[in-house]
Formats: sequence, C-alpha cells, structure tokens
Amino acid sequence: MSEKNLKVDIKDLSVEFRTDYGIVKALNDMDVELEEGETLGLVGETGAGKTTTALSMLRLIPNPPGVITGGSVTINGKDILTLPEKDMLDIRGNVVALIFQDPMTSLDPVITVEEQIAEVVELHEEGGHQHARDRAREMLELVGIPCERGKEYPHQFSGGMKQRVVIAIALACTPEILIADEPTTALDVTIQAQVLEMMRDLRNKYNTSMLMITHDLGIVAEICDKVSVVYAGHVIEHGTLEDVFDHTRHPYTEGLFNSLPNLENRSEKLKPIKGLMPDPSNLPPGCAFCPRCNYALPICETEKPPRYYRNDEHYVECHLYNEQNVKEGKVIERADYNE
Amino acid sequence: MAKKNTDIKKSKGLFAEAMVRLRRNKGAMIGLGIFLVIVLIALLSPVFFDYETDVIKQDYSQVKLAPCSDHVFGTDEFGRDILARVCWGSRASLAIAAIVTVIALTIGAVLGSLAGYYGGKVDMVIMRIMDIFMAIPGMLLAICIVAALGPGTEKLCIALTISSIPSFSRIVRGAVLTVRNSEYVRAATAIGSKDMHIIFSHVLPNGLAPIIVQTTLRFATIILSIAGLSFIGLGIQAPQPEWGSMLANARSFIRDYSYMCAFPGLAIMITILSLNLLGDGLRDALDPRLK
Repeated sequence: MSEKNLKVDIKDLSVEFRTDYGIVKALNDMDVELEEGETLGLVGETGAGKTTTALSMLRLIPNPPGVITGGSVTINGKDILTLPEKDMLDIRGNVVALIFQDPMTSLDPVITVEEQIAEVVELHEEGGHQHARDRAREMLELVGIPCERGKEYPHQFSGGMKQRVVIAIALACTPEILIADEPTTALDVTIQAQVLEMMRDLRNKYNTSMLMITHDLGIVAEICDKVSVVYAGHVIEHGTLEDVFDHTRHPYTEGLFNSLPNLENRSEKLKPIKGLMPDPSNLPPGCAFCPRCNYALPICETEKPPRYYRNDEHYVECHLYNEQNVKEGKVIERADYNE
Repeated sequence: MAKKNTDIKKSKGLFAEAMVRLRRNKGAMIGLGIFLVIVLIALLSPVFFDYETDVIKQDYSQVKLAPCSDHVFGTDEFGRDILARVCWGSRASLAIAAIVTVIALTIGAVLGSLAGYYGGKVDMVIMRIMDIFMAIPGMLLAICIVAALGPGTEKLCIALTISSIPSFSRIVRGAVLTVRNSEYVRAATAIGSKDMHIIFSHVLPNGLAPIIVQTTLRFATIILSIAGLSFIGLGIQAPQPEWGSMLANARSFIRDYSYMCAFPGLAIMITILSLNLLGDGLRDALDPRLK
C-alpha cells in the first residue's frame, strides 16, 4: 500500500461552516485517495459533503463562513492548505480542474465560448492570445463542437453542448486531476451517456486522474475504478468498484442499492432508506447513520465505529463487523438480483 | 462586447440583441436622435457663430429685439444674439457633463465593484462614506463645494463629480452583488483567475445594463445641475454663455421679453427630455424582464 502513486491525498479533513444559526459540520475526518490515472467515484446524498470536498481540493471553500478545522489536503505531494494564494492560482485550472454541476449557469453569458476556453489557456500557458484561441478551437473540436461555433455565445448552445464547453474549459490545460461535480445531473439521459463517454475517452487520452462526484450509482459503475461512499462528511465504505458493488458491507451502501428500481422484477416496490440525512449542525455522537439503520446496535448510538478492512483497499466503518466477519459478509441483506 | 469578430461570421451578443430592441422603441430613437442633433449643434456652433463677434460682443443698437429674420431667437439686454448663445451654451453643458460623467463613473465603478465584490469590511467602509455624501442633497453638496472652492469651470466639475460618485458607486455595487455569486464567477475562480481579472472581465460586463441606464440618466441630471448652479451664479461665469445663467439674466425681463427666457429654457428641457427618453428606452432594451 505504501508504493501508491497518490495524486490527491486528503486525510482527516474537517470543514465547518460557522453560520449565525450554529456550526455546520460539512466534513468530518474526510479521507480521499486518488491515484494517477484512476477514477474515484464519490457517492452520497445531497448535503453529504461531496462538493465541499471538491472545493477543498482547490482551496475555494468560501471563507467566511467555511473554516478548515483539521486534516490535510495533499496534491502531488504538496500540502495545499499552507500554500500562498499565488501558488494556488497556478494550481486552479492547471493542475486541478473542476467541472461544475450546472452548465447552464457556469458559462459567462457575455463572452463568446471560444474566448472562455482561451481564458484558461492564457492564464496558465505561454504563447499569448493567438495561441490560446487556437487551443480553444482545438478543444472545441475535441469535445465534438465545430470550431466555427466558438464565435457564438453560451445562450446559443444547448445544455449538452454547454456541458461539453465546460468540459473543454476544464481540460484545456490538460490538468492532472479532474474533478467532475455531478457533471451530468443537469442533462437529460441521452446526453448523459454521450457526455460520459466523451469524458471517459478524454480521461484515457490524457491519463487524467478523475474524481467523479455523483449520486448516480449507474454512472459510478460506468466510469469509476474505485468508489467512496460518503455519509455526513465522512467515508463509510471504500473499495474498488467490484468490492463495493458485489461485496457491499455497509448498511447505508446496501440501502443505496436497494433504492434503485429492479429492472428484472418491475412489480417490486422500491425500498428507500427511511428518514433523512442527520442535521450537519447536530450530528449524533456515535455512527451518523445509526438513526436510519435497520441493523443498529446499542453501541452504534454512543461510539463511532472503527474501520475494518476486508482487503487492502476495501474498508467499512460499521459496528456490525469485526476483523473476521467483514471478510465473510452475510451480515446485511442485499436485494437478490445483484448477487 | 463583440471582440474582433472579423474572421468568422458574426454572432449577436446580448448587447447586439439589446440594440435591436432599442431600435424598435420609438421614444428611445427620438430621444437618441434629438440628443445627437444637440451634440452636432455643440460641435458645429463655432462654424456658424464666431465667439468674439456673435456670442459675447455687446451691441447696444440691437438690444432686446424680438425674434426676427436677422435674429431668429431675438437678442438679449446687451444686444447679443440668443440663438448664437443658446448654441454655444450647449458646448459648455455637454462638455462638462461628459467629463464629470466619465470621471464619476470611473471612480464610482472602482469603489462600487470593490465594495460589492469583497463585501465585509471593505464594503462597510466604502458604502458608509458614500452614505454620508448621499445624506446631503446633491445640489446642496455641489453648492457647498463651489462655495468653498470658489466659482469656475474646473471647480464646478469637481463639485459635480463628488456629488455624482455616491450614486454611481451604489448602482455599480448593486450590479456587482447580483453577479458576484453566480456560478460563472465561481467557475472563473476555479480556473485560477485573479480577482481583478474576474471583476473587469466577468462581473462588470454582466452588470453593465443598469450601469448604462444610470449613466444616461445621470448625464441628464448633471446638465440640469450645471444649469442650476449657473442660475444662482456659482457655475459658469459671464460672459461665457450657459443656459442656466442666460435664464438667470433673462428672468428680470420675463414679463415683457419672455422669449429671452423661453429659448434657453427650451434648450434645457429638450436636452433632458431626450436623455430621459433614451435612458428609459435603454432600460427596457437591456432588461426586458422589467417590463
């Protein structure tokens, strides 16, 4: 495990938002490890802290009210939390690029598409405006938009095309790390597939490490190598795609799978996870998932579960397990069609 | 906002579309037309009227003549041609108003965008200072400044600039606030843009609509203020012609020689009206949702 070539290493990161209504604990000892050329899926419900994790990798958590209270964010071996702002400008867009969730609003309406792609190139590469524009046209062709349309404004583009432009901006400086924050949520399903496929091709072409933030397990299965399941700002289960999908250990992950419709048995009712995410300003002292868990034990209410490793990669944090039965499983019930 | 779009086919930006809407607005086009004529008159008046002989030379043989073929607008109590003086008067008003608008807009834009973009203490300090200025009526503030500095064209400019900065910075701050939290501004920070670059190429261009409207309307207010200050003797000094001071002089003859008042008054009214028509039209064109 020691010879991992880690691009991103987030350890025990805790972020709080100090608002007038109390302290909101967005991240609680968050861990993310991303290796070179690998794609990690960050799965979780709305408000689980996925986007905050992404923003912390660019050190863009709005402050105030956001405060990083502990942990470290290491990118390419450098701890970015202590870097001066000037060095951060070089990292943003150049080393780490972020694809925003909503392509409809993340493009500037008064600047032509081409100029917007050129902007990031001009910021990070030598060669001046003309070089940047040439590169912008190249990028447009790469994401499947004829480069003549670069002279147009974002409102003349459809949603899928805007997302392609956003991806082109993110990839224009061939970043080493690409964070995709729910890149397909705002798109309809047919376009989703196209955009995903394009992202996969581009990732392979540039050997980019990618952090895919999503709540769609289908996308994870499609594109990710590893998965981290996030609940209340903390990773509760992590492993390779196969580990998490076929050897699910955590009751929450199980709940996520059970909430998906079963295509083979259409009359079967969905089994949603009851309840809501705990209020991040008032987290339970023990396991954060305990109030919604079907398997909760008395100890879950008082103590945070330790981390049990099923293999080198796959771990779960849950009191249902010990060193022995974490390897065997069969503690929780997955809907039958998956195994 | 279209930049050097010469090589490939042009496409319409938001402002090009706004111009199409503006062209459909009759009131705005009339306003724009009248204003352009006034600007033309201001530029060309030295061609038709010589300053020394036509505008300030006193001729006691032709005092207080009613409008006739020689003097279309009549003459004043010193025998000067009112038409020549009204035309020349537009030069002072427009030039001063333009200078004041540009300077006040620049300073106001910088202060307003700093306040709006950074918020917090910066916002607090800048806007409270602006509030202090806004607490005093603009005209009164201008009168105080001119009274303190003494009359004269430059001092008039300073006074009007200072009294115009608060309203510009307020409108710019408002515009910046509406844009600051949009996703594309966050996206710009995420690609590593510097704050100044973000303010000038993303935030301000997107907040330009209300700023343009305010500038047009403010231009009219400044012309009115120049006339007002000159009327009470604090603006442009005699014998240089200015609409406000012409009104002030003609005031004592209003009962018998009303035309002496009417023409400079009409000039002020038409100028302000054209600018207001244009400003309203611009507002409708730039922000169709407001209608």
